[in-house]
Amino acid sequence: MSTNQSIQAPSIDAVSVDRQTRAAVAIAMVVLGAVLVWGVGFAHPAFIHNAAHDTRHALTYPCH
Amino acid sequence: MPLSAAGLALRLVLVALLAGAVGGGLLTVLQAIKTEPLIRAAETFEHAATGAAPGGATAAPEEWEPAPGLERWSYTLLANALAATGYALILLAGFTIRRGVTWRSGLIWGLGGFAAFVLAPMLGLPPPLPGTELADLAGRQAWWIGTVVATAGGLALIAFAEPRTKIAGAIILALPHVIGAPTPEGFSAVPAEIAGQFVSATLFTNLVLWLALGALTGLAFSRFVSGSRSAA
Repeated sequence: MSTNQSIQAPSIDAVSVDRQTRAAVAIAMVVLGAVLVWGVGFAHPAFIHNAAHDTRHALTYPCH
Repeated sequence: MPLSAAGLALRLVLVALLAGAVGGGLLTVLQAIKTEPLIRAAETFEHAATGAAPGGATAAPEEWEPAPGLERWSYTLLANALAATGYALILLAGFTIRRGVTWRSGLIWGLGGFAAFVLAPMLGLPPPLPGTELADLAGRQAWWIGTVVATAGGLALIAFAEPRTKIAGAIILALPHVIGAPTPEGFSAVPAEIAGQFVSATLFTNLVLWLALGALTGLAFSRFVSGSRSAA
């Protein structure tokens, strides 16, 4: 890759990423997001429940 | 310059962390005003009913729990930011598939997230307050997760699929409510007024959170991920 090319193309372009790559990345993001939501909202260990207690109530996750 | 898969993923994660931090902060402020007074009020009834000491969650007393005040709020802020980051990642995944978004169309996505994660589950399960009478936890969690997935999938089909497949989307959307949510057997000591106010408070809080996340992630995606070629 020439330096000239990267100077000419300062804007980032996810639109031109091919469909399969976008789908794979999107699935990875959904999995990561679901893990975060599950950890905050559903994980059973008592210390996690107690730390995230008020968040679970505010976000209306099933609790108690 | 096309992004690599890793480059795209990194950008999405950074945008999600940014939106999650802002959304988590906003949620914490809304919580302090709207939901927290009701949770504390419900806890006084819960402790009166069970004879437990006031001051925290309902786990066994020997379990660690954050001290009231700054420590409890700090953990709440952290948990809020993590959950908001999770929501943001799911929105950004949708933008990546659909290729383009603006802050305005991000608001519509935010409404969709609100419908899937808050409104549809609440049609079957009232938002739980400490001390209220509730059905078995595992059953409620399963119905909640199933409803979120069915609503998100159903809405996506209705919005983006071909006309005949849209009908399947509507059926998937309705399915959890045909099955029905688990219902509690008894009644609790927490006054119905508190439970009713908590429904309004959580609807308001979560609607604002999702609209903010939708607009923020939409704006950030159009600026930092899809460049100037966002296709609304």
